[in-house]
Amino acid sequence: MVDLTHYAEVAGTDVIEHLRQLAALLTGKRVVHVNSTQEGGGVAEILEKLVPLMQQVGIDTAWEVISGNDEFFSCTKSMHNALQGNAVDIPESLLKVYEETNAQNAERLRETLESADIVFIHDPQPAPLFQSCPNRKGKWIWRCHIDIRHPHRRVWKYLRRFIQDYNASIFSLADFAQPLPHEIFVVPPSIDPLSEKNIDLGDNEVAAVYEEFGLDLERPIILQVSRFDRFKDPLGVIHAFQLAKKFIPDLQLVLAGGGASDDPEGEVVLGEVRVAAADHSDIHVLALPPDADRTINAFQRGADIVLQKSLREGFGLTVTEAMWKGKPVIGGDAGGIRLQVINHHTGFLVNTPEGAALRIRYLLSHSDRMRAMGDTAREFVRENFLITRHLRDYLALMVALVYNVEERIKLS
Amino acid sequence: MKKGQDGQQSSLPPLLVKDCALITIATGIRAQNLRELRDRLETVQPSSIYYHFWGRLLSPSFEQPEFNNDFAAWARHGLHDYVLAERLAVVDPTEFPDLELFRQELIEIIEERLYESAMVPWAKTDQQFYFKRSKIVVFDTKQRIAEPKMLPHVLPSLSLSSIFYHFIDARRRSPEGVDDFSAWLDAFGETYAVLRNEIGSIDLYFSTMPEIRARLSQLCILHL
Repeated sequence: MVDLTHYAEVAGTDVIEHLRQLAALLTGKRVVHVNSTQEGGGVAEILEKLVPLMQQVGIDTAWEVISGNDEFFSCTKSMHNALQGNAVDIPESLLKVYEETNAQNAERLRETLESADIVFIHDPQPAPLFQSCPNRKGKWIWRCHIDIRHPHRRVWKYLRRFIQDYNASIFSLADFAQPLPHEIFVVPPSIDPLSEKNIDLGDNEVAAVYEEFGLDLERPIILQVSRFDRFKDPLGVIHAFQLAKKFIPDLQLVLAGGGASDDPEGEVVLGEVRVAAADHSDIHVLALPPDADRTINAFQRGADIVLQKSLREGFGLTVTEAMWKGKPVIGGDAGGIRLQVINHHTGFLVNTPEGAALRIRYLLSHSDRMRAMGDTAREFVRENFLITRHLRDYLALMVALVYNVEERIKLS
Repeated sequence: MKKGQDGQQSSLPPLLVKDCALITIATGIRAQNLRELRDRLETVQPSSIYYHFWGRLLSPSFEQPEFNNDFAAWARHGLHDYVLAERLAVVDPTEFPDLELFRQELIEIIEERLYESAMVPWAKTDQQFYFKRSKIVVFDTKQRIAEPKMLPHVLPSLSLSSIFYHFIDARRRSPEGVDDFSAWLDAFGETYAVLRNEIGSIDLYFSTMPEIRARLSQLCILHL
């Protein structure tokens, strides 16, 4: 396990000292995080790092995962899509499975959750646990990682009743939130610079990965790393590639992604992408296993440009990862990508495959500009989107909740 | 307690170094057009106005922003009203003794623009202005600066949030609207008057937190 002090080399010693002092205000408190998957997807990735770091600053922190069958995850995937704006109606029978599954998980987790000082419930999957734990001792926080500014109203109305009584909510951006009768904190997510996915790699290792997958590092490479999900618009990326390739014949595209155990739709979308890419030898569609972090790291480091052409996006951690590796990002003008891709500074925001193709051509013909943007992007991430900042925000809001801070509080 | 004699300095209290953490809160209040922005500005909590001018210094934000406050940025990118964006960008909150007067000035600028405009400028649904505010948690670092001569050594190692607390937040806390460093140096009489004046001339509004820390450190090295 990486020691907190190792982060000082990346984030600065003052940042680490600040964390320790903030954490000291929470000595003796017990914190529990609950989500629905141990691996795959951004939430598990964040918790994998955040939980040990919270422990290292002296806070007794646990991570619990709820379990469910295929019907449960099919229901929560539909819920996820509906909350992001798709007009998906979920059958009553599936909603019943959703509630029953949470009730069953509550039987197992009740004692742990009711006795905790602070409980973080991540995303909609475990949201009903709150009602199944009536003897709650601590503060309960619903952490929403997705963009629910335009939810399918019927599904949001259903879910809202499980969430409204929480003590607080957290959203990645203020724009993502729905009105709720409690305080709404804004905490953007983060990446871990010392994880397998982001740690520095030697040129040889990067070259070996590219060779293994039959890619030529001597030719220009554009890359999108994301789950095979329609909101990530992989077909739009292929279209952009086709438009740009007319002018850059050597261009190669890598679409790399994995699935998450709570996303049953991934296989379907992957099939569609493979069909669209079938006639193009320079399009490489790679379905990677959940533990392929180092491979993804190498792909991001070897690419010339990284794309994240999402139509909707919670935050877009793959954008942060690419920027940390000094890559300019061409991102969809959506959600948290806007917070990271500062147009013309750290990359470009685009709305269409045509827009993406234009920016690909521009960057590949201005290598000095591409490097400058990449450098700016890396510094931007260092200041704002590393896990140390994320931990600080969590500590601060926990202090605010535990000490009932109105606007300001002085603690000695 | 003002002291002008060097011999008396040791009896002066040290500067207690504090640190803070800002937590951003979504107020749930939003505006989609200029008229709504004006209406919301009339009633929004003062802490929200403060946040959109100063809170951004400790929130995820780009180091070289096009505009120094969120209202101007929204006028430009949300409403596409370049004239309003420029007018809002140049308003400096440090020129106003309190947030209520500052609020009135912002409303005045928007009123004027509404009067000039043939149509009320609108933003797209996904480009609305979301009012935020913050909570601040202040804690004692246990670090003490016994005398001004220690400042050049200590300042570069202070966290940016500590600098924010002592240099920016202090102006809201003290009745005179001065930062903690200047207030502390003032207790030593005229000995550090030049340094105090120099610190007072730092342009807060157009500086990032790392720039403010670097400038403060430079001034202390120069004068101490």
